[in-house]
Amino acid sequence: MSELEELTACFGSAGGDVKALADAGFAHLAASGHRILSSRTVEGLEVRARETWNGISAQVTVKKGVKLQHPVHMCFGVLHKKGTQKIAMRVKLEEGASAHFIAHCIFPKAEKVRHIMDATVSIGEGAEMRYSETHYHGPHGGVTVVPKLSVQVGRNGRYFTDFTLTTGRVGKLDIDYTVEAGENAVAELTARVFGHATDDIHIRDKVLLAGKNSRSIIKTRVAIEDDATAEVTGITEGNAEGARGHVDCMEIVKDRAVARAVPIVQVNDPGAKVTHEAAIGSVDKRQMETLMAHGLSPEEAVDVIVKGILK
Amino acid sequence: MALLEIHDLVYETNAHHAARILDGLSLSVEGGEVHALIGTNGTGKSTLASVIMGCEGYGATSGDVAFDGKSLAGLKVHERARLGITMAWQEPVRFEGITVNQYLLLRRDSGDPAQYLELVGMSAQRYEGRMVDRSLSGGERKRIELASLLALQPKLAILDEPDSGIDMLSTQDIINVIAAFKAGGSAVLLITHREEIAAIADRASQLCGGRIVCTGNPAKVAEHYKARHCDICTGRECHYV
Repeated sequence: MSELEELTACFGSAGGDVKALADAGFAHLAASGHRILSSRTVEGLEVRARETWNGISAQVTVKKGVKLQHPVHMCFGVLHKKGTQKIAMRVKLEEGASAHFIAHCIFPKAEKVRHIMDATVSIGEGAEMRYSETHYHGPHGGVTVVPKLSVQVGRNGRYFTDFTLTTGRVGKLDIDYTVEAGENAVAELTARVFGHATDDIHIRDKVLLAGKNSRSIIKTRVAIEDDATAEVTGITEGNAEGARGHVDCMEIVKDRAVARAVPIVQVNDPGAKVTHEAAIGSVDKRQMETLMAHGLSPEEAVDVIVKGILK
Repeated sequence: MALLEIHDLVYETNAHHAARILDGLSLSVEGGEVHALIGTNGTGKSTLASVIMGCEGYGATSGDVAFDGKSLAGLKVHERARLGITMAWQEPVRFEGITVNQYLLLRRDSGDPAQYLELVGMSAQRYEGRMVDRSLSGGERKRIELASLLALQPKLAILDEPDSGIDMLSTQDIINVIAAFKAGGSAVLLITHREEIAAIADRASQLCGGRIVCTGNPAKVAEHYKARHCDICTGRECHYV
């Protein structure tokens, strides 16, 4: 079996849509470690990907006014027990463009693997980008995931990102996202992570509401059990008139796990408003009793609640 | 034998600030009966509901609660639910990531949630895919809770103020829901402050000072309640009106 076939098979068994990788109507980029295995583009989308001495470099541009009909699939992974994958990505959506990128990050056998992504995104005036990143990890917890992302959202632009790591062990996760939103721009950042054993989770999301009437929400949902630890930092700065931001963090803690939430809200313009809410602790007692009154055992009730917040 | 038999129930809050909320309360609910429970705020109606359901922190100090001839002492909420008791709280909680459809089918592999939504006056087409989260209004969430209890087909449904948060025009919907429980063979212990809702019960009881002070025809119990006979009743044995 070739490496691409193996990556595709892992992607499929993790619930990914294998047909999308084979379909000529869908753009994709697939890489294992530092090797680019396959790529395809579609009209209006320019992808310049190359292998460098220490990783993969890609420049992705969606041309002015182009609205991609199908999501662009990015399939990254390390299929061996040990290895490193470094990805440097520059994404640009030109004025009025629209695209949805779906990244599948696959580490099924990882015992000592590092996955490092350093990305910058530029969203032009009136453009819209959705970025969904879903991780499929094996049971060993030997993955270090370090995604770093810096996004500029132009006037009337929209940016939505959704990070999900709820399958397998997390290992060590260190997310660092920064988004700057221009006039009337919208940014939504969502992360869902389920940590087990000794998983170590750090999430830092920062939004700068720089433009008038810009809006944002940072939403984080983390569940941890056993001896896992999590620290979630949600930062929003309201720096312009009419800016509205909200930070919403929920962490469910079981066993000996330890969670921390650090909301930082700052307003530098009297016409801006930023709010936050954080809930950390064991599963809500009333939610538990409500489900138990429907006949669910305490274990089943916890499972329903945790799966719900991570969905 | 009654479906629910409560005898000389005492419930006190924790030892440091002990307050006796239920003080020798006795009550029975027959199978298939709608039994309304009325009384002023703070008399212990919701506490009684939580004690019957076995909620954490609501263990009886003394006395006994029996269901279907068996004592419920020591049983947890889900064990009581599996015997056929369920409860709708006055303010139902929200759940992220669970659709109305999934909520109505908890612990069931299949079924038609639509019929239960229609029984509470909701359109299945509009609500099945919605989340049981903060996107629902208080009234919508309450109706969905009632629908989920109907789907369980319990032997006893404890409804704690099912009418609160429901608009005035929808009173008839609540009456219909209670009738649906009864038609399905469920008994209902109905906590309410609204006379027109209590009126549909087979019997009613007035709770005062942690005890049932009178039981009987709902209209007569309501009359007794409104006449503020409570002070006279306290300290006397429960009587029928």
